[in-house]
Amino acid sequence: MYNLPDRHGHFGIFGGRYVAETLMPALIELERAYRVVRRDGAFRHELARHLSEYVGRETPLYFARRLTEKLGGAKIYLKREDLCHTGSHKINNALGQAMLARHMGKNRIIAETGAGQHGVATATVTALFGMQCEVFMGTEDVHRQSLNVFRMKLLGAQVRPVNSGSATLKDAINEALRDWVTNVETTYYLVGSTMSAHPYPMIVRDFQSVIGREARRQIVRAEGRLPDYLVACVGGGSNAMGLFYPFIGDASVRMVGVEAGGLGIESGQHAASITGGSVGVLHGKKTYILQDELGQVRPAHSISAGLDYPGIGPEHAHLHASGRAQYTTVTDAEALEGLQLLTQTEGIIPALESAHAIAYVSRLAPQLSREQSIVINLSGRGDKDMSSVANYLGVTL
Amino acid sequence: MNRIDHTFRQLRAAKKTALIPFLTVGDPDLDTTRELMRVAVENGADLLELGVPFSDPTADGPVLQRSLEIGLRAGASLPRAFELVAEFRQASQVPIILYGYYNPIFHYGGERFAADARQAGVDGILVVDLPPEEAGELLQWTKPAGIHHVCLLAPTSGPDRVRIVLKHAAGFIYYVSVTGVTGVRPMQADRVQPAVDGLRKKTKLPIGVGFGISTPDQAAAIARFADAAVVGSAIMRIVDEYRGSPDLVGAVGSFIQRLKAGMTAAAHAA
Repeated sequence: MYNLPDRHGHFGIFGGRYVAETLMPALIELERAYRVVRRDGAFRHELARHLSEYVGRETPLYFARRLTEKLGGAKIYLKREDLCHTGSHKINNALGQAMLARHMGKNRIIAETGAGQHGVATATVTALFGMQCEVFMGTEDVHRQSLNVFRMKLLGAQVRPVNSGSATLKDAINEALRDWVTNVETTYYLVGSTMSAHPYPMIVRDFQSVIGREARRQIVRAEGRLPDYLVACVGGGSNAMGLFYPFIGDASVRMVGVEAGGLGIESGQHAASITGGSVGVLHGKKTYILQDELGQVRPAHSISAGLDYPGIGPEHAHLHASGRAQYTTVTDAEALEGLQLLTQTEGIIPALESAHAIAYVSRLAPQLSREQSIVINLSGRGDKDMSSVANYLGVTL
Repeated sequence: MNRIDHTFRQLRAAKKTALIPFLTVGDPDLDTTRELMRVAVENGADLLELGVPFSDPTADGPVLQRSLEIGLRAGASLPRAFELVAEFRQASQVPIILYGYYNPIFHYGGERFAADARQAGVDGILVVDLPPEEAGELLQWTKPAGIHHVCLLAPTSGPDRVRIVLKHAAGFIYYVSVTGVTGVRPMQADRVQPAVDGLRKKTKLPIGVGFGISTPDQAAAIARFADAAVVGSAIMRIVDEYRGSPDLVGAVGSFIQRLKAGMTAAAHAA
């Protein structure tokens, strides 16, 4: 039976806690608090109520008939996380962790964000609970995602632009860690993906696995059996982990994580840590990362700001190494095609992140029979990406 | 005997506190680092801490972030650090601790790292993001090579953490005097002393203090109760101030001399 992480936070050889000693007590305290609340009936009841009444769960599992017909193979179902409040799955985790922070008596929340989706989700739940919120964001991303920056500010969060290093997500994470190490006694670090040091990868996975639990019930209701494939994009990997986790024990269900191939693996300009990286230690965990021959971290590249990170969650690293899940890549150009394909066949504009999963399925589905089925995690909606998509397509808005 | 142990033994006999200047490898450039190592020792450094650059220095404040970034661009790396140490060893037996982050070491390979570090004359390592729980895979190589694993303890470390860390530590304990990153907040000696005194009851290892010491007065205050004072950001701030100037090496040398003078006076007064 799958029962990871172990008590030191390891998934096989991956994961763990690679942080400065100053943070170790905080991580241990967090783990203890989490182990208490996750068995606490009142906590679970309140979380379920917020997920239903505030987030809008359960989200539909939608049979994409026209997309299925167009691709001419397996039946394609979309898990509609794009319909969650704030437009992506990120809120599932932000909500759970904000409740955990409140339980721990910490009223100051810090977070980092790349695309801004996690930042918006965090700013939303801190507004809901009346907490103080500061979001670190690379100045590059502040420019690329100005709409989300405005949303966060409107929600009452302070956005702290980060200029160091490559001024993107990894540098925002560095800055969030520095803030946390400085203010650890009063501050809760709300990590947005299945990343960072133990217990975060476990906590984020658990809060996101509502996606897979619902999808499992829904597909069995629709098809009378389990799906053949689960497909999700992976940056840090929270939406994929959320979908995969409740199916890990179902050996017949194949799981595919789609990494951002950027301009192509051979170009070196990508964010595919498993496909194009190697094992290393970054931001508190051992996993696959992008690095040079001296172990310095290389900047990632993706059309999608949410996948633009030079590492991947440690549990994905383990699922890859153990062979339980497969990881593949989709380029920027293919993702753009995926976005247009779903938009035109189903009237659903996916986020550029989720468009990676669509693009992979457009290759996979035709190779499968009509009796087989695929569940795609449609992790977010595309509104936030419209100006960059227009830009890539050569349209001036 | 490891040079760190030897040095602390001598200092303890003479009732002196060690001054440990920190220098970033490659800031402003590798040749100047070589000069700075020499000048630091001439002006009273008892041990040296060499910072090996990493692309994502999450435990460092703005001064060392910038310094490590410059070092990285100047070509600093583990092999370059080993070369500097090996060269330095031809003329000096002052102990050297490498400070850095785990990934470059992990990527280099623990076995190869331990062999090359020993060969070069490295005496200890301080890997800031490698707590005892994860250190086993590196210690299995560095320990037999006689390289000390210098561990951090912080104001946030409760009795459980102190116990775990002391089980793994060697050389000396590096007490982080402020909750935070390097070189941002000034440490307050009156708050640090009780913590250091408390640790004394639990370990025979020498106790060094660092992360918030930037003036001769602060170094002197530490010298009254600790075994070592580590000064990093304040030195690299001078390197930054004198960047491009022919006076850089001299300015760092005279700052270290003032730190040492303050500490010596304090030791005599104590």
